[in-house]
Amino acid sequence: MAIIEIRTDITGTVWKVLKQVGDTVEEDEPILILESMKMEIPVAAPERGIVEAIHVQEGETASEGSVVARIKA
Amino acid sequence: MTKRAIDKVLVANRGEIACRIVRACRKLGLASVAVYSEADAGALHVELADAACAIGPSDARDSYLRADKLLDAARRSGADAVHPGYGFLSERPSFATAVTEAGLVWIGPSAENIADMGDKERARVLATRCGVPIVPGSGRFDAPDLAGIEDAAAQVGYPLLVKASAGGGGIGMRRVDEVSALRATALATQSMAAKAFGDGTVYLERCIPVARHVEVQVFGFGDGRAVHFHERDCSTQRRFQKIIEESPAPGLPASIRERMADAALRLCTAQRYEGAGTVEFIVDATSFEFFFLEMNTRIQVEHPVTEMNTGRDLVALQIDFARGALEGLEQGAIASRGHAIECRIYAENPAKHFLPSPGTLERFALPSQSAHVRIDTGYRAGDRVTHFYDPLIAKLVCHGDDRTEAIERMLDALLRTDITGVATNVAFLRATLSHPDFRAGGVSTGFVDAHRAELVERKAA
Repeated sequence: MAIIEIRTDITGTVWKVLKQVGDTVEEDEPILILESMKMEIPVAAPERGIVEAIHVQEGETASEGSVVARIKA
Repeated sequence: MTKRAIDKVLVANRGEIACRIVRACRKLGLASVAVYSEADAGALHVELADAACAIGPSDARDSYLRADKLLDAARRSGADAVHPGYGFLSERPSFATAVTEAGLVWIGPSAENIADMGDKERARVLATRCGVPIVPGSGRFDAPDLAGIEDAAAQVGYPLLVKASAGGGGIGMRRVDEVSALRATALATQSMAAKAFGDGTVYLERCIPVARHVEVQVFGFGDGRAVHFHERDCSTQRRFQKIIEESPAPGLPASIRERMADAALRLCTAQRYEGAGTVEFIVDATSFEFFFLEMNTRIQVEHPVTEMNTGRDLVALQIDFARGALEGLEQGAIASRGHAIECRIYAENPAKHFLPSPGTLERFALPSQSAHVRIDTGYRAGDRVTHFYDPLIAKLVCHGDDRTEAIERMLDALLRTDITGVATNVAFLRATLSHPDFRAGGVSTGFVDAHRAELVERKAA
């Protein structure tokens, strides 16, 4: 099993965290939604896995390139 | 008309529109007060205004959307009027009321006007009552009841959309081209809506497959009289957001434009509309049949297009009307000359599905302004374009004797635009303006989506 780091390609405010640690996520399923420049931008799992960690909270700013979550795939 | 003295205007907004309002104040000899969030502390609108008040954190919900902080800023700065600009609190009737109750002059339509047009259902009823056509629609069908749906569909006309009452923004919407597919589609939509929204109610609405978005700029005097400033065509859109606006609407017959303007004025008269507003229509691109969409009760982003064509300063008119100093605005004297086009420059990446691109403006060189080229911006080189606000970084507006000349001037202006540090849609705008369909005029709202890949790749001619 590999740990995959999920990064955001854009700076935004964390609007909604949709998954919790231990949840299963499918490929392309959003883990959280960022709000940037009045647009909602989902951050999705690149493959199926189990959420290992979520590094941001709702209302926080996530910077471009930062790791927002990890999944065990 | 009641005279109400205004000496100092609080500009309850940010970015280019705040700068635009500050300029109008200066022209009229009035002082201006900017407000700013933490992210905007060094912003251009703060520098341009005569005074400035901090209103809190960067998130707009904690600053530009806080009526209490804006009113407090007005009180602290001694402002006697509030201009809301567009977006933020500009169309909240409660804010208009709060401003007035605080003893300040509200530079905008009455709270009643805003509430009437803000409630889409009430706006449709009012439009119908004064003979303004609305998109034909049916009553509601609660799941699983579909009794009488065939008759309702025949009245609405095909092609039509089955829409979930609880849906929005294109979600929960299915197209039906003929009666044979109606019942099955309606059932499927009911079931999908019940699952997705917890409400399976649907209704029918006429589908206009190839549509244009045309709007009429109006100005009401609050006593049932109103004038219009002709129309703007805003069909060139991406993700339901306008990117290019122009006036007059290319290829739209004069008789249709007149009928649209008349309809817009009837709506103003019926509600004794006050000040500047925009009546939006969806126009069938083939038959030119038009239907009322909604009315925006504020100054519009694209108002400079109209200003370039008519030579009128709409923001100054708003202020003059609010202080009871507006005189002699006659319909006959509001002529539209030549052709004007506006391009909205966004910090976004067209190649990545128009994903926003916040960052620092390393280079921010725009063409020189002239009688034919106007630039509205709230940014300078070195400024940060943050993720907190919308991606609009500048508006270029060009005028020509005719549409071709306006387009050529815009292409040249865009060529002289050099922005680095954030991704922009400048090349995409040039490609769009150069596209043969756009050059021919009268593109529909689906144009950008249909040609997106080509416009991203294409080099402007």
